[in-house]
Amino acid sequence: MLANDLIFIFSTTLMYATPLIFVALGGVVCEKSGVINIGLEGLMTFGAFMASLIAIKTQNPFLGLLGGGLFAMALSFFHGLFSLKFKANQVVSGMAINFLGGGLSIFLCRLFFEGTSMTPPLDLELKIPTFLGQYLTVYLAIFSTIFLTLFFYKTHWGLRLISGGENPKALESSGVNQLKYKFFGVLMSGFLSGLGGASLSIAIVSNFRPTLISGQGFIALSAVIFGKWTPHGAFIACLFFGLTQSLVVYLGGMENPILSSQILSMIPYIFTLFVLIFFMGKTSAPSALSEIE
Amino acid sequence: MSFLELQNINKTFNGVKANSQINLKIEKGEIHALLGENGAGKSTLMKMIFGLYKPDAGGKIIFKGSELKNHSPSKASKLGIGMVHQHFMLINPLTVLENIILGIEPKKWFFFIDIESARNKIKKIIDTYHFNIDIDSRIDQISVGMGQRVEIIKTLYRDAELIILDEPTAVLTPLEIEDFYKIVLNLKREGKTILIITHKLHEIKKLADRCSIIRKGEYITTVDVAKTSEEELATLMVGRNVSLKLKLPPKDFGDYFFSIEKASALNNKNLLALNELNLKMKRGEIYGIAGVDGNGQNELVEGLIGLRHFFNGKILLNGKDITHFSPLEKYAEKISLIPSDRKKWGLVLDYNIEENLFLRNIDDAPFSHKGIIYFEALRTKAVELIKRFDIRPNDSKAEVKGLSGGNQQKVIIAREVMNEPELLIMFQPTRGLDVGAIEYVYSELLNLRAQNKSILLISYDLDEVIKLSDRIGVIFEGKIIKEFKRAEIDQDLLIKEKIGLSMAGSMN
Amino acid sequence: MKSLSIFISLFLGFVVGAVVLYASNINFLEAYKVMFMGAFSKPQYLSYIILRATPLILTGLSVLFAFRTGLFNIGAEGQFVIGAITSVIIGYKLTLPFYLHIPTVIIFSMLAAGIWGGIAGFIKAKYGVHEVISTIMLNWIALYFSNYLVMSDFLHRPDTETTEFIQPSASLSLFENFKNSESGMLFLEQHDFIRDFLRPPVNAGIFFALISAFVVYFILNKTTFGFKLKATGFNFFAAMHAGINTNLKMFQSLFISGSLSGLGGALHVMGVSKNVAVLAQFEGYGFDGIAVSLIGSNSPLGAVLSGFFLSGLKYSGQKIQSVLEAPSEVISIMIGAIILFIGIQKLLDEKLEKFFSSKKMDQ
Repeated sequence: MLANDLIFIFSTTLMYATPLIFVALGGVVCEKSGVINIGLEGLMTFGAFMASLIAIKTQNPFLGLLGGGLFAMALSFFHGLFSLKFKANQVVSGMAINFLGGGLSIFLCRLFFEGTSMTPPLDLELKIPTFLGQYLTVYLAIFSTIFLTLFFYKTHWGLRLISGGENPKALESSGVNQLKYKFFGVLMSGFLSGLGGASLSIAIVSNFRPTLISGQGFIALSAVIFGKWTPHGAFIACLFFGLTQSLVVYLGGMENPILSSQILSMIPYIFTLFVLIFFMGKTSAPSALSEIE
Repeated sequence: MSFLELQNINKTFNGVKANSQINLKIEKGEIHALLGENGAGKSTLMKMIFGLYKPDAGGKIIFKGSELKNHSPSKASKLGIGMVHQHFMLINPLTVLENIILGIEPKKWFFFIDIESARNKIKKIIDTYHFNIDIDSRIDQISVGMGQRVEIIKTLYRDAELIILDEPTAVLTPLEIEDFYKIVLNLKREGKTILIITHKLHEIKKLADRCSIIRKGEYITTVDVAKTSEEELATLMVGRNVSLKLKLPPKDFGDYFFSIEKASALNNKNLLALNELNLKMKRGEIYGIAGVDGNGQNELVEGLIGLRHFFNGKILLNGKDITHFSPLEKYAEKISLIPSDRKKWGLVLDYNIEENLFLRNIDDAPFSHKGIIYFEALRTKAVELIKRFDIRPNDSKAEVKGLSGGNQQKVIIAREVMNEPELLIMFQPTRGLDVGAIEYVYSELLNLRAQNKSILLISYDLDEVIKLSDRIGVIFEGKIIKEFKRAEIDQDLLIKEKIGLSMAGSMN
Repeated sequence: MKSLSIFISLFLGFVVGAVVLYASNINFLEAYKVMFMGAFSKPQYLSYIILRATPLILTGLSVLFAFRTGLFNIGAEGQFVIGAITSVIIGYKLTLPFYLHIPTVIIFSMLAAGIWGGIAGFIKAKYGVHEVISTIMLNWIALYFSNYLVMSDFLHRPDTETTEFIQPSASLSLFENFKNSESGMLFLEQHDFIRDFLRPPVNAGIFFALISAFVVYFILNKTTFGFKLKATGFNFFAAMHAGINTNLKMFQSLFISGSLSGLGGALHVMGVSKNVAVLAQFEGYGFDGIAVSLIGSNSPLGAVLSGFFLSGLKYSGQKIQSVLEAPSEVISIMIGAIILFIGIQKLLDEKLEKFFSSKKMDQ
């Protein structure tokens, strides 16, 4: 009995964490390069919709997944353009992306699907396939985490990206165009957030609807901070958030829930606040976050 | 053919001439010092050699026989010019090794950094020059002295032949300085050419073969260090034009009313900035603190105004211990400050003249009552102050952002003087001001002195300090090491040289 | 220049909307006409717009108040929720005559939401935690906490996912009795305009919103408190240097900011919904407040005007769906575009300055 419960909790944790992991990884790359991005929610939403759309139109979930990532990346281009080229306030620009992403998603949905705000459900064969009980996106998320860790700490691109986020003048004085790396960071956050949205709309559930993405982008943002702006840290933080979500489901299915599901849902956020207060200081954020030169 | 040659170098920033007709020749393999006071134009010159700035038309920089055209830092690097900036260009969370290779990382299998080959190359450098450094430690865990070594290794890793050092020992402890000298001599031994910017005379004597002096943007001369004494160097640095257009009227001073006793404080890097500093002031005098930037002036001012903690020592005003008073409390005790950076500390640029004038005392009558602002009262007083201090434009609602530097400074002076201070601290009061504004500030200073107000004047411009002070204290490494009285200043023709020596640390 | 660049941003937003509609084979002129009619052609529509502007004006004031002190209050959403749930507690559980009940509800709601905002202010001042992330966390905590309270025996209405209704003495609805009385209905038969205007749940909330705007204006522009707040927002260092207790100001700013959003939540309950439901996600008032504040160029009057503007935009935008069967979400896209352009306001201002001064030189 207990083993079954644990397996259930473990696998639902992974399932819920996966979308968060993608988006959080995107947040990490972007912020590590020195650009604030609070528009992850909008990017995720847009990616979720576009993935659905493309999966339905092409009848291919992998194209859907890729499409979700690419289109969200296209949306993030505007954040990069306005923040880096036009020197807009990065928080304002991020908020704009949230409105744009959300709006575009439902707008296009209605256009393509006869006025409804939900995409038609995908048949089982057209969703992302599973392997050993988990969607392939789960394995992709784990792979992405490992890949990004290697990227940051073993390649010269990663070294330069991190440097630009810490001290753009120093990077510039070593002859590197630091804006290029920031733009890369922003576009990557778009792509990964799109993958995150897709991993919800064409894997975990089978369609896109307006309430599909309701705050996960912001949860991912706090996972970035919670994980001290590292890929592995964000990964663990997302697992934590996924765990609480799966506990909500598990305990909700019980006869007499021990803790109200509402209280349980609060825990990750209260915990994050405590971590912020007592363990953070400002020492973990990239030193030159939001400075563009 | 010289290794590096500068011909007719001029550089103008916004109408201000930083470098004027500089001609310089550096020979291969020598250690060449560049000596000059703050603002003399040394850094600007070096930055042009390194490609960060471009010289005005007509100027040429010739390195190893070829002219440097379309110069940039990465070009400079490739050609073999390296620069160690005064403010390090280091990435804190990365290791020493990572910082060294940033920008020219060796690669393995296209994707990965070839740590091994980097490590080997760096090890060779460390062994050759006897650096004592752990290249796997993080930058935020190493000392400032180590950080500087990293900067030097960066230049050597890029195979620099000419290494420029900008005020390298400004941030080092005495022990680290000794190590640094060894390193520099090692570099010379290995055939490197060194250009070192410094204002420390004993350092020049210790390291340099030749020394060129820059004064107020102009090249004065180049001397053979072995044949030149420190006194001679000091003379060349400060020049002989002590203009005594202003004469301080003689005056009887009151008692000592303000004293700083053994004040100690740390700077932002947790290094000792004030080292048991002692200072006493008489009522009605202008006490000038002379010294080169970085000897504790910032920390002293911040401490006096209540924004930095004195971990030791006492500040007494009329016998009252005000050491740990807050800025508001100090203001109530009638201490006022004209800060050195008026845009950052002195003014709210988005506010207008009125609002800035009453930034400190908005809570006092008649400007407000129970929290409601009386704008008429503000305007009336503002008009009065604008007239008295001749602030232009004479519109009290004009945004301070649009005022000239001189007028901005007037607003601050008006505000601080309004408080009828017992002690007015003026930190770099004429920084960035044109001649007219400077004259104005000086006359205001003398007015206050005539009204028996006491002024603590801290400035990096020695001429200014000499002109205005009843007494001068020279600050060096966090202490007042020598005082000069007015009588002495007026009578001694060589006073500027003497003060210059003290500023450079000479204890004679 | 500032208002000009705002109008240009608004205009560009409409342009973007037009482009999007055009690219989707929708006649944008038709769409804009439908919106215009959908806002102005019937008194009922105007009434709805005014009614729905109330929460937006308040969250807009909330965001702008914090912004003037140099802080970003993304927590308006959560503070709104706290205000709403508190208003239900005080509005349902207490029995008082209306002239006591209404002020009590309002005061407690504002206090609770103020504390909620103040928490973010406190941890910023004391621990340096950035308010963007702390207020986002607090949003979620508020949401779940509110849901928890809604379902608790204390407040829960059986067989629903909502709380009990507030007492009539705590309601701000206007003309309810009149609308349902004999004489009232007779009167309204003969006065089309008024009947139409009173159709929606008109309430006194808008007056509180306008009063709040005035109070914010007064505080920011006429008091020493506001003076110090703005100084802190413009130049933290100079303010600190001038003896202003900048940390305290940050706390006070977020407290007041929170209480304004809380008032928005309370007025929404007292005027329209009369209860609070379990929320699956945020209703968006807080985020819209950010748009209101930005479009209103961070001034109280601007917040009022742009509150009405945004309310009008959203309300009339819905008509596109019903009349043209074209997606109303073009409105969200337009709002996003407007915000994006406002984000580069400095740049726009500069370009406008150059443009106009070169024109002057030509003359």
